[in-house]
Parts: sequence; structure tokens; C-alpha cells
Amino acid sequence: MDGVGVGEFGSILLMQGFNGLSVFSVLVLMALGLAIIFGQMGVINMAHGEFLTIGAYTTYMLSQLTTNYFPSAQPYYFFVAIVVSFLLGGLAGYFVELVLIRHLYKRPLDSLLATWGLSLIMQQLFRSTFGAKEVSATLPDWLLGSWQPTGTIDIPLNGLFVMALTILLTFGVWLFMYRSRAGLQMRATTQNRVIAGAVGINTARVDRMTFAIGCGIAGVAGAAFTTIGSTGPTSGSLYIVDAFLTVVFGGAQSLLGTLASAFSIAQTNSTLEFFLTGSSAKVITLLSIIIILMIRPQGLFSVKVRK
Amino acid sequence: MSIKFSGARRSVSAGLAALALAALTTGAASAAAPPTKTINTTGLKVTDSEVYVGQLHSATGTMAISETGSIQAEQLAIDQINATGGILGRKIKVIQEDGASDWPTFAEKAKKLLVQDKVAAVFGCWTSASRKAVLPVFEKENGLLYYPTFYEGLEQSKNVFYTGQEATQQIIAGLDWIAKTKGAKSFYLVGSDYIWPRTSNKIARKHIENVLHGTVVGEEYYPLGHTQFGSLINKIKLKKPDVIYSIVVGGSNVAWWKQLKAAGLTAEKQTILTISVTEDEVLGIGGENMVGHYSAMKYFESMENDNNKKFVAAFKAKYGPTAVIGDVTQAAYEGPWLWKMAVEKAGSFDVDKVVAASPNLEFTGAPEGYVKIHPNHHLWSKLVIGQWGANGQAKVLYQSGLIEPNPFPKGYQ
Repeated sequence: MDGVGVGEFGSILLMQGFNGLSVFSVLVLMALGLAIIFGQMGVINMAHGEFLTIGAYTTYMLSQLTTNYFPSAQPYYFFVAIVVSFLLGGLAGYFVELVLIRHLYKRPLDSLLATWGLSLIMQQLFRSTFGAKEVSATLPDWLLGSWQPTGTIDIPLNGLFVMALTILLTFGVWLFMYRSRAGLQMRATTQNRVIAGAVGINTARVDRMTFAIGCGIAGVAGAAFTTIGSTGPTSGSLYIVDAFLTVVFGGAQSLLGTLASAFSIAQTNSTLEFFLTGSSAKVITLLSIIIILMIRPQGLFSVKVRK
Repeated sequence: MSIKFSGARRSVSAGLAALALAALTTGAASAAAPPTKTINTTGLKVTDSEVYVGQLHSATGTMAISETGSIQAEQLAIDQINATGGILGRKIKVIQEDGASDWPTFAEKAKKLLVQDKVAAVFGCWTSASRKAVLPVFEKENGLLYYPTFYEGLEQSKNVFYTGQEATQQIIAGLDWIAKTKGAKSFYLVGSDYIWPRTSNKIARKHIENVLHGTVVGEEYYPLGHTQFGSLINKIKLKKPDVIYSIVVGGSNVAWWKQLKAAGLTAEKQTILTISVTEDEVLGIGGENMVGHYSAMKYFESMENDNNKKFVAAFKAKYGPTAVIGDVTQAAYEGPWLWKMAVEKAGSFDVDKVVAASPNLEFTGAPEGYVKIHPNHHLWSKLVIGQWGANGQAKVLYQSGLIEPNPFPKGYQ
């Protein structure tokens, strides 16, 4: 540790703390859409990662479009990309629900297989459309590099951006689920589908909107992840395991559970990574999750649901 | 009646034309090409005008990202060979199979190509896992494989020619260069967690400790597909190595470089040398995230020599101006040419004769410059250091002399 003074060591610890928060926001962002689909509808959507990829490719295409035709808009295209990613992801989700998912609500294992097949089909579609090679969206300058409050502290700008987006999106989802009429209908359908139908809620429509919104949020996550990760036909599948882990560990129906789970996984992994090696940090994190789920199969937080 | 008559006349004239054509082609063939039975004694699929070869890469699945370039380069080489008359008077016909990024599929398709199609040679595989899967098939059926990827070494087979570099060729000269030009003493080794990065870093560590008398201050591996490198970057900042030596691959690679840049570890602040970034990878990473960092390879698209200029022009003419050419793509391009030279020297398509004719063959038309086949089936080649620019192209800073391939390096295992 030669050459690192006490002050600098402090800076590194601070940056590591930020890193934990940054991983936390990434986990929340990737799990949020899934939490809605899996938590509210009980659908195991193995193609969730591919909806992230839709967002990533949308960002790439808009980046190409602005660089080639509207170079002056380059600094701002990313905001447009986020909105368009939400719409395209949602639209794709809407049709997938219409064509595939709604026929499988009573057959959860079949839906697992069907959505896995869907993910392979979508990956090959991306490959045929955009080519097998990875692409890279040209990021605006304000998203590149780091913010340096002092000489020894570097706070990644893309990390800050993802964090801000996560806070906004989580707040938006909370508003939607707990403060809007549509959200109320959604929760009512989750808690008791038959009674919800009896009081006049069109549960089939609620399902379709729920699935579409979950996929739209995945699209936004995909757009955001172009700042920190790759854009290729299989990029989205890199996130799928962690996303399911976060949702299941948190307790499927609870938004708060997803947040708590993402926070504990991120902090544990990030702290262990700092003191141990990357692979062993992962092993210990996964082992602890398994043990906790054995003791508490319903996850960290659970909502009472009439089965 | 009249109908019948005209029908007969048509068939007579068609027959005459066919006869004339047959006379013409056999005439041409006998003038240029030796008879099939003398150049093919083992029952390979060789006719008087054609010879069949196989191409076995992943056109679909996760590895398509890397293998597409190899497929394209091999096809370009085969087109060029056919345009100049083929091999021993025979045009090359390609039977293309898709390994689909799945190793058992590779083995199955290799068997199909060798047993059912009886191809004279196969150009294919990319990952070591796929090569290890097909190796027993090639050895049992006595097939011939040209393998394009730089890899960890520790392998040598009668039935395989390795046109990429083995680990010592890529690693040792690169470390020597960075130690000399940067005065580097301390190294941090980073890799994805599988055989190639681990074996390569083992060689790197031995060389750093025993030859360069430097220190390895950290060595870490992350699972394939890992996307969060913040903790690692902070650990590196704590250790302050002179050089980060990086062998991260795939989607992880993109995340790694983007996060390095975001954490302020630009080329001015931190020297990074990698052996896992070619022009293909930079497409995904983005040139702006690679500016100033170094790759050690045997080939860069920007190399200034006449062979390469012709190769790059032909490649872009066939696959579009935005196509890029990485190290493995160039190595894949060499495969069909090396096979052609060996077949012509042997005067036969028989695998045993082609293998026997291969050692010490020189290929002066290679885009990388000059290569020679070593008796151990690897190529003598140079090591080139490239420094990346924002446009996704590397500037060549250094070229070593020809390095002897040494797949089983003593003192490095």
C-alpha cells in the first residue's frame, strides 16, 4: 500500500461507498420492471433481458440519428432515448402479452419455457437486424468521465446519472402503484382477481397494461445501461439472473422489498469485492442469499395475498 | 408427329452441346490440373473441377459477435483463390456449418463435415472450448483444421494448424515493451474467469517476476458477463500499479473499459496494456473510452504495408466501408492461403501429405507481413503494439522481430 496516504485512503473508501450505491441503483433499475411483472402478475418472464436490449438498441439508433442528422442535438438526445425506449419496450410488451403471455397465466412452468424461447427468438432478431457485433452509442460529453470534488476523488458521471434516473423512476412507479387509479386496479387484481373482476375491473386489460409498463421500464433500464455496459444481441441477458435474484430475495410483491434486497445485495457484494476477490465475493453473496431464502422463503418483505 | 420430331431434334442438339462442353472442360482440366485419382487417394470430396472444404463457426448464438469476422475473412480468401484459378485446377466449394455457440454442436458438425461430406479441410472454431470439442473428431477421422484465434497454447495436434498466436508470442514481447518504454515495475493482472485469461496471466506473472524482476500487486478474475467493476477499480487505485494488464472478454469488456474511463483512469493517469481488445471489440466499447490505451496483437487494420492495404480494400469492397478487421479476422484470412500453398507443394489433397508439406512454408502475402509455419503447427509471427484512437483504429507504435511459437513454454507453467 505504499504511496497511498491516509487522506487518499479515505477518498478511496468514499469512492467505494459510492460504488455500493451505484451497484444498488443498477440492481433496482434492472429489477423494477421485473418486480412489477413477476410480483404483480406472477409471470416468470425469462425474456426480460431482451426488453432491456430493446432500450439499448433504441438508444444506439437515436445516437446514430442525431450524430448523422442533428449534431447540435447530440448533448440532449439521451433524454429522448429514455422516453422512446419506454414507449418501444412497452409496445413490444403489449404485443407479447396479447399474443403469448395471456394464454399461459394458468401454466407458470409453460410460461417459463415460452418466455425463454421468446428470449432466444428476440436475440436472433437483434442479431439479424443489427448484426452480431456489439455496437456503441456515442454518449454526450456530459455523461463521460468523472466529477472530481477533490484531487483524489473521482465520482463516475454515468453512475450519478443512473442513480438519479433510478430515484426518479422508483418514485414514478410508487406514484403509479399507490397513488393512481390504474395502480389501485393493478393491486386489486393481484390480491384477488375474482373479486376485482366482480367489482367491474377489466382484469385482462389490467394484465396487459401491467406487463407493458414492466417491459417499458425494462426499456428505460436498457437505455441507461448503455452508459455503463455493452450493447449487443445478448447484452440484456447479462442482467437477468441478478434481476430475478433481487426480486425473489426482496419478496415478490413488495416494492419496498425490492429496494431493500437490492441495497443489501449491492452493499454485501461491493464490500466483499473490496476485501476479497471478485469470484469469491460473488460466491459468498449468493450463499448468504440461499441461506436467508431457506429460512425465509417468502423473501425479505411479503404482502399477504389470498391464493 | 411433328411435335415428336422437333423434340428429338432438340435433344440431339442439346446432347451435342453437352458433348462439346464436356470436351472443352476435360481439355481445360487436363491441361491445368492433374487427374483426381492421383491427388486424392483417401476418398475426400474432390472432383475434376472442384474441391470441397468446410467452414465451422458460430453464425448464431453468443459467439456470433466474434466469429462473424472470421467467417467473412475465410470467404474472402476462398473467393480470391478461386478467382485466380483455384487449387490444383479445382475451384473451392464451401460447405458452411453453424456451431451455434454450443460446443457439442461443434463436435457433431465437425463429424458431419469429415465423415459425411468428406471435406479436404475445415476452417473454423474460435473459442478454445469449441476447439477442444472438435479435436478428438479431427484426430480420429484424420481431418484438417485451420484455427484462427490467439489462444493459451498448451496444445499441438497433427490435425490442426494454429494461425493465431499462442500465449507466449502475444504476452512476453508486450510485457518487455511496456517495461522498457514505461519503466514499469508493478503490474495488476485482471481477467475473465476461464482458461485463456488464467493461463495467459500465469505466463505473464512468471515473466514479470522472473525475467523483468517486477512485482504483481494484484491478480483478479471476474465471471464472464460480470458488469460491475467499481470495486476492482477502487482496489487498483489503492495499489497504484504502474500497469494494468487486462484480459477481460465479451460484454464484460465493454463494461470494464467504460467504467475505467468513468472512474477517471484515462491513459494520462494509468497505463493499461490489454491482449483482449481488437478493432472488433472497440466497436462495442467505443473509441472514446479506449483513447491512449495499448493492445498487444500480431495485427492491426492500420498496419502500413502493401499486402495489408490490398487486404483491407478487398475486405471493405466485399463487406462495406464500415466493416472493421481485427487480429483474428486477419488470422482467419491466412487459413485458406496456407492450405493452398501446402496442397500445391504436396501436389495432393491427402491430409497426411498436406501436413507433411506444411512445416517451414512461407507466406509472404500475409496482411500482417510475413509468416512461416513452424513444425509445431503454429506460425512464426511478430508482436505489434497499437495505441487506440477515438476513431476506433490503433496507431502502430512498435513491431518486434519474428517470434518463434512455443506452445509448451518451459519455466512458464
